[in-house]
Amino acid sequence: MSTAAPITLINGRLVLPTGEPQSGALRCAEGRIAALGDIAPLDGDTVIDAKGKLIAPGLVDLGVFAIDKPAFHFGGITRAALMPDQGVVLDKRSAVRFSAQSGKPDLWVHPLAAATKDLAGTELAELALMRDAGAKAVSTGRRWIGDSGVMHRLLSYCAMLGLVVVTHAEDAGLTGSAVATAGEMATRLGLPSAPAEAEALAVARDIALAELTGARLHFRQVTTAAALGLVRAAKARGVAVTAGVTPAHALLSDVAVGDFRTFTRLSPPLRAERDRQAVLAALGDGTIDVISSGHDPRGPEDKRLPFADAEPGMAGAETLLPLTLGLVRDGVIDTARAFALLAGNPAALLGVNAGVLAVGAEADIAVIDPDKPWIVDSDKMAAAAGNTPFDKQGVQGRALVLLKGGTVIA
Amino acid sequence: MTSANPTAAGRYPAGSAAFPHRDLTGLAGLAPWEILFLLDEAEQWVELNRLPHKRVDRLAGLTIINAFFENSTRTLLSFEIAGKRLGADVVNMHAAQSSVKKGETLIDTAMTLNAMRADAIVIRHASSGAVQLIADKVDCPVLNAGDGQHEHPTQGLLDALTIRRAKGDFGKLTVTICGDILHSRVARSNIHCLTTLGADVRVCAPPALMPAGIEAMKVTPFHDFDAALDGADVVMMLRLQQERMSGQFIPSPREYRHLYGLTLERLAKAKPDALIMHPGPMNRGVEIDSTVADLAGRSAITTQVEMGVAIRMACLDVLTRKGRGVEGWS
Repeated sequence: MSTAAPITLINGRLVLPTGEPQSGALRCAEGRIAALGDIAPLDGDTVIDAKGKLIAPGLVDLGVFAIDKPAFHFGGITRAALMPDQGVVLDKRSAVRFSAQSGKPDLWVHPLAAATKDLAGTELAELALMRDAGAKAVSTGRRWIGDSGVMHRLLSYCAMLGLVVVTHAEDAGLTGSAVATAGEMATRLGLPSAPAEAEALAVARDIALAELTGARLHFRQVTTAAALGLVRAAKARGVAVTAGVTPAHALLSDVAVGDFRTFTRLSPPLRAERDRQAVLAALGDGTIDVISSGHDPRGPEDKRLPFADAEPGMAGAETLLPLTLGLVRDGVIDTARAFALLAGNPAALLGVNAGVLAVGAEADIAVIDPDKPWIVDSDKMAAAAGNTPFDKQGVQGRALVLLKGGTVIA
Repeated sequence: MTSANPTAAGRYPAGSAAFPHRDLTGLAGLAPWEILFLLDEAEQWVELNRLPHKRVDRLAGLTIINAFFENSTRTLLSFEIAGKRLGADVVNMHAAQSSVKKGETLIDTAMTLNAMRADAIVIRHASSGAVQLIADKVDCPVLNAGDGQHEHPTQGLLDALTIRRAKGDFGKLTVTICGDILHSRVARSNIHCLTTLGADVRVCAPPALMPAGIEAMKVTPFHDFDAALDGADVVMMLRLQQERMSGQFIPSPREYRHLYGLTLERLAKAKPDALIMHPGPMNRGVEIDSTVADLAGRSAITTQVEMGVAIRMACLDVLTRKGRGVEGWS
């Protein structure tokens, strides 16, 4: 993208790493942010008038299950870290190299290398080869690694390689074939359920092993009060642990499962209201570092089934931005922190020079109207499938212009 | 024979307002008078079923499809007899569970039944919520004959009818339900039904078979069977599936019997005239001893089966009234 003509975005409100958005302009040249603040376009620049809207870093979506460009572009996402759970598992460098190229030219795809061969949780995959083929981190996939010995070896190896390990935190022995969190709702509906403590068990073990090995550990989703407490305490001790969540667990409780609606079948399952409140508190106090979409478009073959027979997952890319901006409107977080959660922190985890508005960073930029109202409609989504648990809800916030590497892509 | 029961007057609104639902997918959320209406309607069929000539032509010309996606003998038979005694053409579709478990097939099957213009569809399926899923796709009344671990509403109704005929007013009764509460749709439907009608309901199971948050369904949970039985008016035992008492949830059948088997000795903890119930099929000598199951004057187990046919007749009659153009049921 280095051949792109310089672009200057004017009349915007710059979302900087701290503080309230500040009026100003931003100039991109040779694919990077060349200047920002109280600046004017240079001769020959293409000028884009932001008309008072936010100029923010493009979103970095850590842990998606499909490359779904229309949905990502709709949602202001310029980088997507792809989960290894693909038709061909990302457990070899050829698969990693292929998927790292698959977003070109208008989306960065950062493959997450499968931690173990075929994601079976038993034998380590060729992690160094995959790192050098473009994998930005390592992931255990949709599942937790049940064997503590394997997890120990994985973490110590990744500590040496300097790779973050992205893990799914649910004790598989306790969850079994559960599709819901144990509690009143699962009991009323007669759904196979597991105690929410399955998450805290997994988090406790993995924190202990991360502390032992010095590895950098990222829990892709932490959704319960107990597990968030463990993460909070580990961070206070200086353990290199981070946590993510999707908007679903911040905004919905297991009450949403009420009419067996399979669009609310998620992994981990929706939790009790008190756990949802704990997620909001953890977003506010810094315990949670990343909000991601968990984008996993699923058509009727996977979703128009009895609840327990349906596949988990939601199409989340389009709603990631507006739902997070809703947390700003609700006073849970401020704008700067919203974009740290959506872009800055995940970019830092992946080790990519993006996700913040700073001179020298890659010019992945979104012009965002944070107030623009629209209605989520599963029948009219840009995504490959409309399986959103937020169907028919009114939201606010849309990406108006999207730049990747200093080039307008949407 | 409609509203034949003279005591019914004033208990519920007239016409379709007495039961303003197209389907019967569960008892959760039903109003007390809606349940009582179905129980009252069933009384006439109890009488009919005791006559030598047991057939009326109320549903003549109607097609009822029993679509059973899960094995069943007694419930299927009960629904079939109920439909036939009302004069309907009853067809049984016994779908092999393996071939219809995945993909669109369930919906496709539902659409196929719908296209054949059934006047009512009775469905049993191994997944919770499956019956609602089908009900949302078809144009005729749907009756849930058991969906996963969710509900089995006609069982709840027939149990309530059995209890009412033996004990009268629900408001004074303590009902103890003991067994695999976690996996039991019978327990859930009974809990909804009996608590709605005002009974005190106790549930008793070992911790591994007791669902979380059951207190929210307005029941009192017990692990100690003797304590749960104390002063009970009705003792309802649930079947425990063999595979669940062989080390998974319970160490062995005899250990289960040791803690939760209804023996004559245990039964003495309940009221002297306590009613003994079991939805069947029974594991004699495990959750219930034969001496208890066959106790004359106390065991209502065969009465439950009898009431099942009457309740299913009432449900089929009521749910097809709109389609048959019965006055007041538009």
